[in-house]
Formats: sequence, C-alpha cells, structure tokens
Amino acid sequence: MQKFEKLTGLVMPLDRANVDTDAIIPKQYLKSIKRTGFGPSLFDDWRYLDPGEPGMDHSQRRVNPGFVLNQPRYGGAQILLARDNFGCGSSREHAPWALMDYGFRVIIAPSYADIFYNNSFKNGLLPIVLDRAAVDQLFRETEAMPGYRLTLDLAAQTVTTPAGKVFKFEIDAFRKHCLLNGLDDIGLTLQHVDEIRAYEARRRKEAPWLFTS
Amino acid sequence: MAEKTLYDKLWDAHVVRHNDDGTSLLYIDRHLVHEVTSPQAFEGLRLAARKPWRVDANLATADHNVPTTDRARGIADPVSRLQVETLDRNCHDYGITEFGMHDARQGIVHVIGPEQGATLPGMTVVCGDSHTSTHGAFGALAFGIGTSEVEHVLATQCLILKKANNMRVRVEGKIPPGITAKDIVLAIIGRIGTAGGSGHAIEFAGNAIGQLSVEGRMTVCNMAIEAGARAGMIAVDEKTIEYFRGRPYAPKGELWDRAVLTWRGLTSDPDAKFDKEVALNAADIKPQVTWGTSPEMVVPVDGAVPDPDQEADSVKRGSMQQALKYMDLKPGTPMRAISLDKIFIGSCTNSRIEDLRAAAAVVKGKKVAANIKLAMVVPGSGLVKAQAEKEGLDKIFREAGFEWRAPGCSMCLAMNADRLEPGERCASTSNRNFEGRQGAGGRTHLVSPAMAAAAAITGHFVDVREL
Ligand code: SF4
Repeated sequence: MQKFEKLTGLVMPLDRANVDTDAIIPKQYLKSIKRTGFGPSLFDDWRYLDPGEPGMDHSQRRVNPGFVLNQPRYGGAQILLARDNFGCGSSREHAPWALMDYGFRVIIAPSYADIFYNNSFKNGLLPIVLDRAAVDQLFRETEAMPGYRLTLDLAAQTVTTPAGKVFKFEIDAFRKHCLLNGLDDIGLTLQHVDEIRAYEARRRKEAPWLFTS
Repeated sequence: MAEKTLYDKLWDAHVVRHNDDGTSLLYIDRHLVHEVTSPQAFEGLRLAARKPWRVDANLATADHNVPTTDRARGIADPVSRLQVETLDRNCHDYGITEFGMHDARQGIVHVIGPEQGATLPGMTVVCGDSHTSTHGAFGALAFGIGTSEVEHVLATQCLILKKANNMRVRVEGKIPPGITAKDIVLAIIGRIGTAGGSGHAIEFAGNAIGQLSVEGRMTVCNMAIEAGARAGMIAVDEKTIEYFRGRPYAPKGELWDRAVLTWRGLTSDPDAKFDKEVALNAADIKPQVTWGTSPEMVVPVDGAVPDPDQEADSVKRGSMQQALKYMDLKPGTPMRAISLDKIFIGSCTNSRIEDLRAAAAVVKGKKVAANIKLAMVVPGSGLVKAQAEKEGLDKIFREAGFEWRAPGCSMCLAMNADRLEPGERCASTSNRNFEGRQGAGGRTHLVSPAMAAAAAITGHFVDVREL
C-alpha cells in the first residue's frame, strides 16, 4: 500500500450529499479484472455528455463543461471536498481505485458510508472527517479563491488552510499507523497464525457443523 | 454478567484476538464469492504466493454479468465473459466450489447461500458485496467487504475490524393485509434516512418482524445497507430453524440437534443495551414507492412527490431538486399518476419464491398494460426458477405478457444486457434507485413485488390493495 504522510494540494469541491459508488464509478467499468485504469471513468455519468463503455478512448468523448471536474481551475486537484454520506451504496473497491487513479489522495467530508471509508484506507486514500461548519467554511473558501490549497499532515492530524487556520481531525490509531507506514493488513494478520489455528481448533469442538462442508 | 445484544454475542463468539488499538481479529465462517469483486483479490493472492486458508469456507457463483436469455450461447460481451471466466479459473485453480453459469443451483449469491444452507445462524458471513447484510436475517453476522478484504479473508480466514455500535429498529403491531417486508424496510429507511444506521449494526426486532417469513426477513436485512448499516440482523426463532432443516449444507442428525440448541440462544438478552433505538408501528405502514434517487426518498403510494421548497435543510433541498430533475417529476404529482415504461421483478431483495408467488397472484388472469414496453421476472436462482415453474407461475407471468428469464442480478444494476434506456421509467423490486443504476439516464422507483405487478397491469402506480 502507498504511504501517506503529508500533502499540500489543490482542492476540488463536489457540492452534493449522498454521492454514491455508482456515481463515483459506474457499473460497466466493474467488468475489469484489474485495479488500475479507472481514473478516466471517475464520475463518468456527470463528467461526460455521451455514454461511456469500458475500453473506449475517453479523450475523444464529449465532456460536460458544467461539471466541476472539467473546470480548468480544478485541474490536478488532489483533495476532494465533499458532503455527507460520501461513498454510499455498493462495496466496490473500484470507487477508491478510481479516485486514486485520477489523482486524489484525500477526501474531506462530514461523514462517509462505512464500507467506502474502510476501503479507502486499504488503498492509501485518506478520508478525513471534519464537522459540517468546518466543511461549509472550506467550501466557501475553495469556491472564492482559485488555486485554493490545503495542507494535510497525517502525523499531526491537521488540515491547514492558506490563511493558516488549523482544523484537527480524528483518526483511528491503527489506520493511521498503517497509512503512515504503508503496511499490508494481510502481513500483519499472518503474524497471528497460531492464534487463528487455536481459535479454529476450539470452534471445531464447540460448533463442528461450521466445518462440515 | 452484562446482558448482551445479538450482535454482541455473534461478535464475541468470533474474536480470535483483541488488538491493542481497539480493533479485533474476527474469524469468518463463510465467504461467498462472485465474479465482480474477486479477480483483483485472487490476483493479489497469487502475486504474494499465498493459498486460501480454508478452501471449504468459500462458495462462489457468477451472478452480476450473466445473461438472462439464451444462456446456452454464452456471454456476448467479451469483457463480461472474461470476468466470469476468470472466476471459473480461480475457483478451479484453488479448488473452491463454484455454481457456474450452467449449474442448476446458480443464482444471485445472496439467494443461493441461504437456499443451500451454506449460510447458517450464528455464522459470520462475508462477501465482496454490500447486500451481504441479507444473511443477517437468521441470526448471522453478515456484511459486505471490499476487494482488499476479500483477499484478506481468502488468505487468513479473518478480518481486522472495529466493532460497530448497537442499534435496534422495532416494528410492532399486526402487519396490515397487503403490506410486505419491502414496504416495511422502505418505511424504515424513509424514517431514519440512508445514513441513519451509519456506524451501527442494526437488529430488526418487534412482533411485526416476527410475523414475517424468513424470506421476508431477508428482504428487510438486505436493505440494512441502504439505511447506512453494514450489517442488519434478526434473532433466531422456530421459523428460522425450520427454514434450514434438510438444506444441502445444513448439519444433519446429531449435529443438527446440537446446532439447533446453540441457535436458540441467538437473540438479544431482555435487558441488553442499544446505543440507538427507533420504533415504528406496523399499522401505519402503507405500500411504499420511491420518487427520487436515494432509497430514503420514499412516500406511501397514496402520497405525492414532495416539494423541495418545504425542506428547511439546504443540503437536503439541493439533493431533492437534483433528484426531481433527474427523475423528471414535479412536486405535488400524485404517485398514482406516474406512468411506467418497464417493470423489473427480481434482485437479491425480492426474487425468492415467495416474491414470485406474490407477484403472480396479482397478475393472474390479467394483461400487462399497453404502455409497458417490457415487464420481466428474473428468479433469484435456478432452484427458485424450477420451483416457480413447478407451481405454474411462469405460465401466469407469460400469459400476462411478462418475460420469464434465467437467474442473475440482471436489471438490478444492468451489468449484463438488461437495462433501462435513457429517460425510461421503471417500477423495480430491487434495492437502489441511484442515478444510472439500471442503465444511464434510467429512472428507478423501488417497490414490492406485488406493487410492481400491479403497476405492470395498470401501467402506472396503484395501491395493490385496491386492485
Ligand atoms: S441483485 Fe443487485 S443488489 Fe443484489 S447482489 Fe446483484 S447487483 Fe447487487
């Protein structure tokens, strides 16, 4: 997994609540058996005016100039500013893959859907929770100031605005540790092989029907 | 000893170890696998030269991409075909049981698991699919996972998780005639919102839930994720136990008796504490229809499309306006005045035999309305299809003008050829009405199977109880 420590990046505001995983990456792209290449299809239905299919040359498609991602001032954004319940819907990990593949490394929102939140950490995408008032302020500032950048410091758990205002955010200690060090969960779990085997041996006695098929 | 909730009991029974940071290593009893979210996990396993930890804990099927017509001719779309073939190859290489596209037992992963008895009370059940919450209907802890976690379960039979909070949704009172599990769960989501259960495991309780069949309970738990909860669950009762008797993967003989003794304890203790409680009265619930692009945008069928101007919260108002635009609806339009182009009866929410019987009872001897371009029934599994055909339900549907298809996810998410065209409006028994869910530009209204059947006959929404 990619490490995350610090980042100063351009912010793109996506001013709608309940952005679901179908909107982040539509189902036709889920047919891919790879983890990469989803960036050009991120927010596909909003971003293009013509329908998208896997394998197309997306650079030839008609873009929707009204969609925020297509506005030149947000080109190269690495921080996505969003509203409540971001990432609701399916469990598709293609959603964080698409966000990362496009170039986003951080999302800031008041709340996330649980599975999306979890999937993001597994891929080195940092979903930050700030309260509504703070998110409102960031929306106002981003829209008012072209080139608006925020600085993220994971170790310090802070978001700093260009004017120097600092917002603290909460993050689970284990997730922080894994992200700072780029650790792989499976490797960590396999350090406990003996405990898993001991648990299985006990369960085979207590509930043998769980092991009969 | 402190009183425990059902969720506490299921969780505690599966903890392999507590980590210092408050997470736990949780053991997974059953891992269901489908073609869409597994290829990258198997690839990861292969790259790390790892093997599945316990092959027999996995059960796979192809459901999202499979065609529902002319299956013998295979999958026309080469990208879909490769994904299904990749699953076949991975299962073959690692010795995992798969109900492939041509197996009589193939079907939607959340239909076949319980049907086979491969998911049982007291189990932890996971799948790379958010609607895994379905399996909580019989006192199991079941939830969807992402592809990294699919790989983690394959490699270790465990997951690193933080325990969620406990939430209970009680539905009390006698369920009025004509009201189904789907109406109950839509009414719950209408009340608590799509983020109402975030960070919680929801237990659905109360005597109305007890009145539901096990299949109806699956419909309720299926949509726990639409209420924001990763897991939904219902306590075990005698109906649950009877449901599993004799199923292929269920225990037999003396093991069955032992299992049943354990299963009877899978209820919340009387004084267990919940972090959040909500109560609904079943008598107040009417047939539900969604009007917008989120399952919480729902009203009773005798209601009307709401007016965003009446909404005080500005973010909500914005979502409502966007939804009305996408759905091409005007505030104040009676739901009954909305006419439809397509009807879809299927999906892991409502494609079991009971759902098909309910829909068939409504359409029997009638004809699909002239304005309906396509009405289709997609059974949840090959075995559901066979049972329905044995009961003559396929004939009832066909004579009314429905298409009778082969099992799969189909137009629930339109990954195969079944989809809405831009602007088409559909009464659907599935679980998500997101923009583009059933096809780019398509407009989805979520309803129960009986309500979808009634809409097919009249061409617009109607209260099935008045038909
Ligand atoms: S039927 Fe729909 S919701 Fe259910 S598993 Fe298939 S695609 Fe997902």
